[in-house]
Amino acid sequence: MQMGVVVGYLLLALGIGLVAYRLTERTAEDYYLASRTLGTVVLLFTTFATLLSAFTFFGGPNIAYLYGPEWILVMGLMDGIIFAILWYVIGYKQWLIGRKHGYVTLGEMLGDRFGSRNLRVLIAAISLFWLFPYVMLQQIGAGTALAALTEGAVPFWAGATLITVFMVIYVVLAGMRGIAWTDTLQGAFMLVTVWAALLWVMVAIDGIGTATDGLAATAPEFLKLGGGFYTPQRILTFAISIAFGVTMFPQVNQRFFAGDSETVLKRSFALWPVLVLLLFVPAFLLGAWAKGLGVEAAVGEGQNVLPLVLAEYTPGWFAALVIAGAIAAMMSSSDSMLLSGSSYFTRDLYRPLIDADISDRREELLGRIGVAVFATSALIGSLIVGGETSVGVVGEVLIDIGDTAFGGFAQLALPVALALYWSRVTRPGLYAGLLGSQAIYVPGVLLPVVEVTVPVVGSMPLGVPETYLGWGISLYCMVFGVVLTVVVSLVTTPAPEENASRFSDLRAADAD
Amino acid sequence: MTERVQIILWGAIGFVLIGLAVPWFMWRSDAVVAGLPIWIWWHIGWLALASVVFYVFAQRAWGLGVERGGHRG
Repeated sequence: MQMGVVVGYLLLALGIGLVAYRLTERTAEDYYLASRTLGTVVLLFTTFATLLSAFTFFGGPNIAYLYGPEWILVMGLMDGIIFAILWYVIGYKQWLIGRKHGYVTLGEMLGDRFGSRNLRVLIAAISLFWLFPYVMLQQIGAGTALAALTEGAVPFWAGATLITVFMVIYVVLAGMRGIAWTDTLQGAFMLVTVWAALLWVMVAIDGIGTATDGLAATAPEFLKLGGGFYTPQRILTFAISIAFGVTMFPQVNQRFFAGDSETVLKRSFALWPVLVLLLFVPAFLLGAWAKGLGVEAAVGEGQNVLPLVLAEYTPGWFAALVIAGAIAAMMSSSDSMLLSGSSYFTRDLYRPLIDADISDRREELLGRIGVAVFATSALIGSLIVGGETSVGVVGEVLIDIGDTAFGGFAQLALPVALALYWSRVTRPGLYAGLLGSQAIYVPGVLLPVVEVTVPVVGSMPLGVPETYLGWGISLYCMVFGVVLTVVVSLVTTPAPEENASRFSDLRAADAD
Repeated sequence: MTERVQIILWGAIGFVLIGLAVPWFMWRSDAVVAGLPIWIWWHIGWLALASVVFYVFAQRAWGLGVERGGHRG
């Protein structure tokens, strides 16, 4: 029964992919960007659905359950406001430049501006380094969710494989157009299910008051803004570094190029905060309410709170529908990551390094193969990692790796923004900003700080801490990246092959 | 208004939108209104306001700071 809901859903997504395939032109630009023709609803929902991953349904409600509903504010500030402003500042600029010069990826755009193949390769390499584990994360989430939903009848490996195979089929066939259409379906589906879940639970408990009274009695801290886990520094670190990180995630950054017209971008910009609000408020409220209603979830041991709330207050078929919504959320981010990952690989690594004269038709074919290879490698990784950690600690893993990848992408954002707006940025300046920030961030989040004994000085900590004075290391690295970009740019001169004019003198009229 | 003044004004509005999405002045408040903590209501209202501000910006000042000298007021 539960599997029926999920499989029915997968088939529907596949059907949409097939319809989109029939409309696909056989060019790389069409495959990766749907020939830059996405309209308001599709662009809005595909960006929205791409941003939302398993985290909205599992990780986020778990945090609200553990620490309180302030997470709604963190996500609203991060995605609803900061990201929207960056969509204008970075995204609209990229859209104008991309239209004028036909760029498909971030690396391609910057490589051309700075006249450097190696820069293009570097940006693609950094991006793929952070993207790959993130794709794995989604597959692990999907496999785990299916195993939990069917109580083990579909084991982890089978669930993860099933979802991956379905995605590969429709991404390989349909490219960006198919993804954008299925994302629209998935985004709408998520919104509907999460609101239905909220209303259902609300009716079952006789109104919001019951849950809030429960919170006042059992966890009064939850009703107070801030405190404990939620320090101002932590709230701002999450909101800022993730919002900047999102803009450089390949699948989101590539959507900056895909809008059909200025009007589409304007409408999307205005509708964005409300759309974000509509999804996060109900999802995270359910997590916080679970606490007030006395739902017991062993989040630390890998249980997710949202399915438990639903199991308590709604019928089985409905809970299955919401889990299908969560799987939709994972698929709608992963499918786009596969496509963008493949486009970075073929356009920015394969083409410049191996075959510069590849025909458009062949590149498009290679892009499709790239999707399958990328997905399969990630799946192998997921099965190994996911097998060891079993169903456990999914929530924590989601938060940890998820946040690490976002911070890694956040390091790209400010040097790129500087390059977009300040014609004085030079190639060495951009290299310094990109590499310098990663060089501190990577050990900061991936390596522990160890005590070493130094002669004379004695014992001292060696390594980069994850936080300093309460602020996350990602913020310090972002500032460091800006300083490096600016200082090195000022002390160097542009190489003759740099083309600063590529990014200036832009008007919407030229682009249309 | 010159373009520079407009950029400063809209930039300031942007920073206020960011700055008060979390109602810092309600820090540690536990007042409940209509079943939800008051600071959640503030946030809901604030994001709705942000949508309106973005709409007005898109209508009146779109292109500001991004299209060089090209924004059409």
